[in-house]
Amino acid sequence: MSTIASHIHGTRAAAPTWRRATEEPAWVRRLLIGIALGFLSLFLVLPLTVVLYGAFEQGLQVWYAAITEPDAQAAIRLTLLVVAIVVPINLVFGVMAAWAIAKFEFRGKSVLITLIDLPFAISPVVVGLIFVILLGSQGWLGPWLAEHDLRVIFAVPGIIIVIAFGTMPFVARELIPLMQQQGKEEEESSLTLGANGWQTFWRVTLPNIKWGVIYGVILCNARAMGEFGAVAVVSGRIRGETNTMPLHIEVLYNEYLFTAAFAVSSLLAGLAIVTIAVKSLVDWRDERQRHQAAA
Amino acid sequence: MSIEIEHVNKRFGHFVAVDDVTLSLPEGQLTALLGPSGSGKTSLLRIIAGLEFPDSGRIRFHGEDATDVHVSRRGVGFVFQHYALFKHMTVFDNVAYGLTVQPRRLRPSKAEIRNRVTRLLELVQLDWTANRLPAQLSGGQRQRIALARALAVEPKVLLLDEPFGALDAKVRAELRRWLRRLHDEIHLTSVFVTHDQEEALEVSDRIVVMNQGRVEQEGTPEEVYDHPANPFVFSFLGQVNLFHARVQDGQARIGDLALPTAATGDQPEGHGLAYVRPHDIEILADDSAQGALAAVVEGITVVGPTARLELKVAGARDLIHAELPKSRLRSLGLSQGSNTWVRPLNGRVFVEPGRTPADPESVGM
Ligand SMILES: Nc1ncnc2c1ncn2[C@@H]1O[C@H](COP(=O)(O)OP(=O)(O)O)[C@@H](O)[C@H]1O
Ligand SMILES: [Mg+2]
Repeated sequence: MSTIASHIHGTRAAAPTWRRATEEPAWVRRLLIGIALGFLSLFLVLPLTVVLYGAFEQGLQVWYAAITEPDAQAAIRLTLLVVAIVVPINLVFGVMAAWAIAKFEFRGKSVLITLIDLPFAISPVVVGLIFVILLGSQGWLGPWLAEHDLRVIFAVPGIIIVIAFGTMPFVARELIPLMQQQGKEEEESSLTLGANGWQTFWRVTLPNIKWGVIYGVILCNARAMGEFGAVAVVSGRIRGETNTMPLHIEVLYNEYLFTAAFAVSSLLAGLAIVTIAVKSLVDWRDERQRHQAAA
Repeated sequence: MSIEIEHVNKRFGHFVAVDDVTLSLPEGQLTALLGPSGSGKTSLLRIIAGLEFPDSGRIRFHGEDATDVHVSRRGVGFVFQHYALFKHMTVFDNVAYGLTVQPRRLRPSKAEIRNRVTRLLELVQLDWTANRLPAQLSGGQRQRIALARALAVEPKVLLLDEPFGALDAKVRAELRRWLRRLHDEIHLTSVFVTHDQEEALEVSDRIVVMNQGRVEQEGTPEEVYDHPANPFVFSFLGQVNLFHARVQDGQARIGDLALPTAATGDQPEGHGLAYVRPHDIEILADDSAQGALAAVVEGITVVGPTARLELKVAGARDLIHAELPKSRLRSLGLSQGSNTWVRPLNGRVFVEPGRTPADPESVGM
């Protein structure tokens, strides 16, 4: 390699840069990169800037007042509660589903894979309506729920159900390809060495999928906080009670309280930034591990 | 710990992977499961380990039924072709794994574990790698670590699935000799799977030849190589030339040539196929010997001290392969296109050519 390099330097000292035969000309590369960057700034960076500008335009105190006002506090509390319930449920479900799909052969496997994707394919509003039809007072299970004094629709349980449904695929989809690619030989090794299934899961399987799990949880969390359509249908929008952060923002916006709307939005936007940062970290670790494995 | 395999069957869907296999693997021996790819070797090995359940049949360890014993309780060490080391653990933690997952009351102390792992790493001559990750080792080193890891729990049976299959030729040859020495040192009952007849012949005490889920023959390497039970085993253990022969009075005749075969006495009379190894083809300078066949040299390849010839015999469809020392080639003065004479010196006649891995005509001649 070094001899080749010095040879090239020797003969073409004036132009030490050389390009591979399959590489595009410079202007094509610049154009493509330029378009990609322009697109990104237009659709991502610009809105983010607008949100942050709107939130802090009238100073930190106004921003602080907007997010500590009782209804905003209730919305934040409700959102955190939902996330605290939904993310663990989908984490456990996702790991179990991915485990079953990647490590076992069984009938109906492809049906299960399709079903896991279903929440992505249905419009959130439709998801909300499905659960209203199922669980609402006029719905199939409505009378039974009313008899037992259980409020699901227009109450917190309904919100949790639709958000859990909508964010179900994130962890599973992240893990299925990962676990399929890793195969089951390490697990089998662990078993032949005398470990039981539980030990094998904690000491072999989980460390191998750790970063995939983290990434899936981040995405699941971001989506659970931001979910709007389905929640709008089932929550009943009771201020201070069944409004999550996105719904609260909409209320503020409809009441022309733009600064307050942007202030609460800035919290969600902040979450988005943290998500992207953690995602980059995960990707970077991934890349580094692959480099180490290849070395 | 001897292993008895009794009428074991295994199907995957409609495909029969293991077909009524009955075998007895004696204690303390190194047995090779030899066969072409897809012949069910891995499936059988995994059934012995408990990683796969047989559809029917029993597995006994030292006379005790182990068929329903869970893999983690069988006390087998298993070495995978692609090592299957725990990627995220250091070499030390990999080897210590089997000890650290033991129930608390059986688990050795930390110091004891450290001692045993160090001794095992010395045994596989890799004590200096203790703090590395598997990704930082070469293939041969990884496989030795996998072996040390399997030995850490002091298994009674060691099972290896093509342990050297992913390594290059030189490392392969070194490692298999090393495995042989190791086996002699630690007195285990070992079974290893291979599709390489040379590897099986070189290191094992016994060879079990498998084909299409069935056992074709078992025996010592000499028995299997010198007295193959059927055409499949003969062809699989090395290159062969096929000659059409007439069998009469316990003798096989190829044209005018009477073939002094090892065991034609029990053959019924009729038409047969003679299987002759390349090194059992004699190359003659003239036609003075009785029954010699005239041939033309079509190709010569010299590999180290051995010369391989491809010869065309008049009237025969396929080329004959012969092997002789390079010095003999020189003294015969042969080159491409030379006329010469050949004579099968030794061979094995099968009156009814049964199952062979390929169309018999295309195997050699
Ligand atoms: N888990 C499995 N599912 C379906 N078919 C399998 C499975 N394992 C092995 N087989 C089939 O069984 C046959 C024998 O496989 P194997 O025991 O791995 O053979 P070998 O190790 O001799 O190459 C192969 O044709 C393979 O396709
Ligand atoms: Mg195999």
